[in-house]
Amino acid sequence: MAIETEFTPLASAFGGALIGISAVLLLYSNGRIAGISGMVKRLIAPAADGRPEQALAFIIGLIATPFVWTAVTGSAVAQTVSENIPLAAIAGLLVGFGAAFGGGCTSGHGVCGLSRFSKRSLVATIVFMAAAALTVFVSRHIVGGGA
Amino acid sequence: MSLLINLAAGLIFGLGLVISGMANPAKVLNFLDVAGHWDPSLAFVMAGAIAVTATGYRFVLRRSKPLLDDSFHLPGWSTIDRPLVIGSAIFGLGWGLFGFCPGPAITSLGLAATGTLVFVPAMLIGIAVAGLVGKSRS
Repeated sequence: MAIETEFTPLASAFGGALIGISAVLLLYSNGRIAGISGMVKRLIAPAADGRPEQALAFIIGLIATPFVWTAVTGSAVAQTVSENIPLAAIAGLLVGFGAAFGGGCTSGHGVCGLSRFSKRSLVATIVFMAAAALTVFVSRHIVGGGA
Repeated sequence: MSLLINLAAGLIFGLGLVISGMANPAKVLNFLDVAGHWDPSLAFVMAGAIAVTATGYRFVLRRSKPLLDDSFHLPGWSTIDRPLVIGSAIFGLGWGLFGFCPGPAITSLGLAATGTLVFVPAMLIGIAVAGLVGKSRS
């Protein structure tokens, strides 16, 4: 499953900047953190001031993205997703549970939290980055035999 | 108005994920694979995102309140507790197994890859279970 991908510093930095613009827009207008696991949580387990309709609108924007992308550029979104169904189910459960239990994911802790110099988010980001890198190392270089 | 802004913010966020390569699990896994086919691109995603967000947040948080709400909704506590560390470790494990974190997974729904169509419902269940566990603890 390990295929080589091209190093794209400019496109990646530009895409990152767009993520930043979205995060700033959201704090400026609604006073909210652009954390995706938090948005889903607001949607499926609405809290008193959770404003689930706002989270829903944001998530619809996310889901609309590949369609808008293809309409504008004429090309499909390039991605390679594993077809290992049990792995997808287990990984999905772990990602959902872990992000919600730990109070955030790559966006909430990694981008928004680090941007406001939150100590909790710094710890969370170091832990999930290290755990993810270790998981890839074990699955590709120990269990997978370098595959 | 606030719904339109959220819709636009979601779309801008999604386009950022697609353009940066973050929506491609193969690229994410190669970023995490320092000892193999290392692709450092995603460090540039984080750097670009944090540079813009940190700068923008500084100006926004000088205001007394957001444009369309009565107050800012920011996490107020700062203790490093067990759920934070355990949850983040479990999240990292799942992220490293498949290469999807929540944003890219949801953004990829319409592309209808089999793996995505299994991953996203499982992720929603995981989030719901964490909510129940959190409730029973407090």
